[in-house]
Amino acid sequence: MTGELLEINDLTVEVSGRIVLENVDLRIEKGETHILFGPNGSGKSSLIMTILGFPAYKVISGEIIFKGKNIIDLPINERVNLGISVAFQNPPAIRGVKLGDILNHWIKDESTIDSILERINFPREFLRRDINLGFSGGEMKKSEILQAIVQGGDLLLLDEPDSGVDVENLRLLGEFINEMLKGRAGLIITHQGHILRFIDADIAHVMLKGTIVCSGRPTRILSQIMSEGYGWCMKCPRRKRIRENMI
Amino acid sequence: MSEEKKDKGEYDLTGSFTYVRKAAKWSSCPISNLPEDIISRSSDVGVIPDEDMRAATYFQIDHSVISKTVNEKFRDQVEVMSTREAIKKYDWFKNYWWRLIRRDADKFTHMASSMWDHGYFIRILEDQKVTLPIQSCLFVSTDNLNQNVHNVVIAEAGSEAQVITGCASHINVHRGLHVGVSEFYIKEDAKLMFTMIHGWSQGFDSRPRSAAIIGENGAFISNYLLFTPVRSLQMYPVAYCSGENSKVRFNSILYGSKDSHIDVGSKIVLQNDGTRGEIITRAVATDNSKIYMRGFLEGRCEDCRAHLECRGLLLSDKAIIHAVPELLAKAPGADLSHEAAVGKIAEEEIHYLMARGFSEREAVSLIVRGFMDVRTFDLPAEIEKRMKRIIKVISKRSL
Ligand SMILES: Nc1ncnc2c1ncn2[C@@H]1O[C@H](COP(=O)(O)OP(=O)(O)O)[C@@H](O)[C@H]1O
Ligand SMILES: [Mg+2]
Repeated sequence: MTGELLEINDLTVEVSGRIVLENVDLRIEKGETHILFGPNGSGKSSLIMTILGFPAYKVISGEIIFKGKNIIDLPINERVNLGISVAFQNPPAIRGVKLGDILNHWIKDESTIDSILERINFPREFLRRDINLGFSGGEMKKSEILQAIVQGGDLLLLDEPDSGVDVENLRLLGEFINEMLKGRAGLIITHQGHILRFIDADIAHVMLKGTIVCSGRPTRILSQIMSEGYGWCMKCPRRKRIRENMI
Repeated sequence: MSEEKKDKGEYDLTGSFTYVRKAAKWSSCPISNLPEDIISRSSDVGVIPDEDMRAATYFQIDHSVISKTVNEKFRDQVEVMSTREAIKKYDWFKNYWWRLIRRDADKFTHMASSMWDHGYFIRILEDQKVTLPIQSCLFVSTDNLNQNVHNVVIAEAGSEAQVITGCASHINVHRGLHVGVSEFYIKEDAKLMFTMIHGWSQGFDSRPRSAAIIGENGAFISNYLLFTPVRSLQMYPVAYCSGENSKVRFNSILYGSKDSHIDVGSKIVLQNDGTRGEIITRAVATDNSKIYMRGFLEGRCEDCRAHLECRGLLLSDKAIIHAVPELLAKAPGADLSHEAAVGKIAEEEIHYLMARGFSEREAVSLIVRGFMDVRTFDLPAEIEKRMKRIIKVISKRSL
């Protein structure tokens, strides 16, 4: 086993007969926080769903190695139980299943849950509500982040934890996530990069049409995207420049 | 049963059977003195031997009345007796007898009229708030028996009470037919919560026939729970919101297993201004079961509103669920709505829970368990606990 926590090699994935990820390479080491940028529909969420093993995302080629083990044939729950936690972008509502039922699967101790609730300013009554049913956008984000943290994996996959979140809550969530990332690894998808103000990220990648085309220092990539749009990445002469833009 | 007319209706499955009408007599005794196997079956349908925990208890086995006791502390609040006794005791009782249901409505009401085997009369006296539940059990202990009961419940003006009725058959009873006519009179400002739990055997047929009338500002909540297999069950209770601002709610949880044929509906007729109605049905069909969940809302007045919600989960390729929601508006101001959804568990929901660390089996059972949530029923704590335990066991078998 190398120092890598997650190692994705030459991953190509199709969903209902269409290629959504193509030749993706990604290495995340212990303690690193990676940011993933990319326009709508570029395949960012698909990458997370594939790491988790959602059956709709068919791996055509490549491997996903987590903690030294190729996890490609494991069902979702077994991957998660190896230490991968997730906050989804669009989680489904499930009638009758309470948020509390899910949290109690991981933590029986109510006081630990209470302290997180307080930290992210999320009212306790949500524990007794049907998961995601009638949650507002911001409430859904809090619920997802809460679940990811309670799951306590070594790798946090956070899919757009900042979209639709107001300024005040963004600070709460951002600072909390940053703290939780200490000693863990993270892969955070963000659109506008708002959350970067609170998070010490090590490296950012840009995904275009299912491929990681460029990697580099998060603030630098973000400011380029902000000023020139994703067109800048298209023009990038050296696609797939892993870690060269770091300094 | 020889003179009954040719069967009509898709759910009439009892026509080809003959049942016995004779049953050994049981003498009356406290419930706690009954044989252990009877106590355990009755407890599964919500009727407990600890009579101190209940305001009153009625217990009938076959055609014998075992118990009709009122807890000492509730003597001035509740009356409980057999309907045979009530009809002798009170002259006015006839005003509550076959008033909401016609004797000739179908062959089962006809049976209850011509071959009537007691049933309970429960009366909550005016303005009395009964703080402990009143319980009643209709038990069948003789194989192949036909039991026909006729029950009457009166909630006098301003009263409040909760009634739990458990209907069950003995573990050694393989077949049988239970017919239960029930008339509910909820007077002005009264609140009655009625919970019926069934626990029959696989070869048993059951035909409840119930109707309720609710007076001004009155409220009636009717809960129905079925978790065990039955050969056939058919009922279509009706509630008439007759007084202004009267309210009714029907909650049902139907779990179909084995070869059960379940046909359950609820009907609400809104007859006055300010009336409100709600029907919520959850059906889970496994094995070869067939579930028809019906609902009928009728609005006859200007300011009335009702909603009907039918949800079904299909857990087997051989099972069926048929939702039949109906709305009938007879006045322009009637506001009636329904929502019905039937299908298997969404893969998306299972995968989401798997991403939360649950195995596929655990995820399915969590979803099924949540689907049959009894927390909304406001049951007494110990019954809720028992129901949850039953639900947990059956939901684990879901995958
Ligand atoms: N479950 C799915 N079924 C069908 N198409 C999908 C599914 N998931 C993703 N896609 C398609 O794959 C492409 C990438 O989607 P996604 O990964 O969600 O993009 P992003 O998260 O970058 O916005 C889109 O064209 C999307 O429509
Ligand atoms: Mg996405």
